[in-house]
Amino acid sequence: MTHEQETVVLRGHIIDSLILAKVLDTISMMGGTFDLQEVAIGKTREETSRARIVVRAPSAKLLAEILHAIQPHGASVERELDCQAEAAPADGVFPEQFYATTHLPTQVRLQGRWVDVERMEMDLGIQIDAGKTGARTVPMGEVKRGDWIVTGRTGIRVIPLQRPQERDVFSFMESRVSAERPHGHIIADVAKRMWSLRDRHRQGQEGCKVLLAGGPAIIHAGGREALTWLIEAGFIHVLFCGNALAAHDMEADLYGTSLGYGLSAGRAVPRGHEHHLRTINRIRAIGSIAAAVESGVIKQGVMAACVRHHVEVVMAGTIRDDGPLPGVITDSVAAQAAMRAAIPGVGLALLVASTLHAVATGNLLPAAIPTVCVDVNPAVPTKLADRGSFQAVGLVMDAASFLRELARELGWTP
Amino acid sequence: MSRLLVCPPDYFRIDYEINPWMRRVNEVDPERAVRQWHHLMTVLEHDVGAALERMKPVPGLPDLVFTANAGVVVGRKAVTSRFRHPERQREEAHFEAWFRENGYEVMTLEEDLYFEGAGDLLGFSDVWFGGYKQRSEIRAYPRLSELFGREIIPVELVDSRFYHLDTCFCPLSGGELLYYPPAFDRYGQTAIAERVGPERRLVVPEEEALMFACNAVCVGKHVVLPAGCPETMRLLEARGYQSHPVPLDEFMKSGGSAKCLTLALD
Repeated sequence: MTHEQETVVLRGHIIDSLILAKVLDTISMMGGTFDLQEVAIGKTREETSRARIVVRAPSAKLLAEILHAIQPHGASVERELDCQAEAAPADGVFPEQFYATTHLPTQVRLQGRWVDVERMEMDLGIQIDAGKTGARTVPMGEVKRGDWIVTGRTGIRVIPLQRPQERDVFSFMESRVSAERPHGHIIADVAKRMWSLRDRHRQGQEGCKVLLAGGPAIIHAGGREALTWLIEAGFIHVLFCGNALAAHDMEADLYGTSLGYGLSAGRAVPRGHEHHLRTINRIRAIGSIAAAVESGVIKQGVMAACVRHHVEVVMAGTIRDDGPLPGVITDSVAAQAAMRAAIPGVGLALLVASTLHAVATGNLLPAAIPTVCVDVNPAVPTKLADRGSFQAVGLVMDAASFLRELARELGWTP
Repeated sequence: MSRLLVCPPDYFRIDYEINPWMRRVNEVDPERAVRQWHHLMTVLEHDVGAALERMKPVPGLPDLVFTANAGVVVGRKAVTSRFRHPERQREEAHFEAWFRENGYEVMTLEEDLYFEGAGDLLGFSDVWFGGYKQRSEIRAYPRLSELFGREIIPVELVDSRFYHLDTCFCPLSGGELLYYPPAFDRYGQTAIAERVGPERRLVVPEEEALMFACNAVCVGKHVVLPAGCPETMRLLEARGYQSHPVPLDEFMKSGGSAKCLTLALD
């Protein structure tokens, strides 16, 4: 966490005396920020007022200095309590009053100390370790009987996102979705981020991976070459997809079609509807996508690039899948767990042309990770933006056009 | 008739230094102090018409003479002081005993909540002001507000020479305010100006503020103030007040003057 905070309470005739103004001015002048959480104004002149202020500072030292400066004006640190916890009553069951997480950075108070909750993700519980020194999120399905799970609301604080330092499309701190806006500058900003993330990733810095969650429309619409190039050039490090994207990508390699349509001629090919089934069958016979690439059966495309460039791929199945391909995780809880395990280290997420994968990935991401959602259907980016992630940008556009434009910005020449 | 609590200066001297005016080397002339105190009492009793309640001085408590710091009295309710400095904390029991013996309902604040009585809490009929940071703590005022059911506007005292509110702020019976604005920060000055209109604010010049012109006792249209403050007297007289200058320089050696030597009981 990049900042420290403490909650103070101010009571008395704090409005007309300008004591509240003085305290807030002092916090700002010393380099801190505040959140005026609650102001209860006295109903009569005689009745006192009360304000609850969250004071934040970039360092513990500065926070202590600010608290020291405002304390003589009556700002007293709110008496804080440790968070409450109860043992999970059974495997896969939270205690009745469990605390449900948001995707914002969160801290819990353990033995008088505020501790960051690890692996923030929305709609989970918080598990405390046995020594009461650490806390991390835990999905309902993974909790074990007797695990200590945070309950109630005391001793928990959710920290609003800070405005990002970079001056680009993500720094507006608002979720914007529009089909009417020009896309060029947004894609240019995304490309700029990807340049910088690739450099930092190559230097071994953490949190610099780029995740792409994509649907088969990428292949159908003609974005395969651009995405392949992005992977080969080292701009994508994690791929979330389903059976279809992988199947049609390899169908394109084996037959030159995507769901039976000739990709170059753009026409349905006789018996083309069988191509993806024959592709899946072929890979199943070989045993794995990696083996198919390594043996030279699959020569080019998205999956081949992923295998050759060691991109981490999580393929999650659905009930309408054919086959599926080896490696597709058909147990949706297991697939969710595999996706979750691949999230740490991600610094940018591109969610392209897949409602299911985009929403599933969006739910797993902490709010601080910049996210770009691209779909021809405005409902998908809107749904993502409604999560309240400030750094989500929605683009209503065709997947292939997006990927081609992005790749061109990054140096691809088709 | 106004009643004032006073304490004869039998043991008044400078035994310690707890404000910028006090210098142990600057010894009090006991006889002169007694003379000045009696002069003040005469003016209060005869010229102003106040009734005086005298409490018994105690050896070893030189500042018991400054009864303004005994506490705050409203009707039959008294809240006793909690002194910041240990040197004066020993006075608390004596003031409390006097209030009890004289039939007051005595209320006390929590032990670590400093509040130095009418030295820091002064008011008009509609609003009170509470000086804080030098001696009293701002946290005392919400509590006092509850006890007395009054609005109390806290104002920070920013100049250590004006360490109590009554050294720089004197509400007058007609609603005017005699005060020295630089003793407050801009928040305090604004808060005061919000409640006391410009026509009611009488600004004391610096040299007279430093003579403790604001440490005055106002009873009806009479104002008793330290001698040597002609501009303040002119301001008062222009508003129809009769001023009564009394030489009190022996008490200034301790950082106190007319107001500090009295506590309004009613």
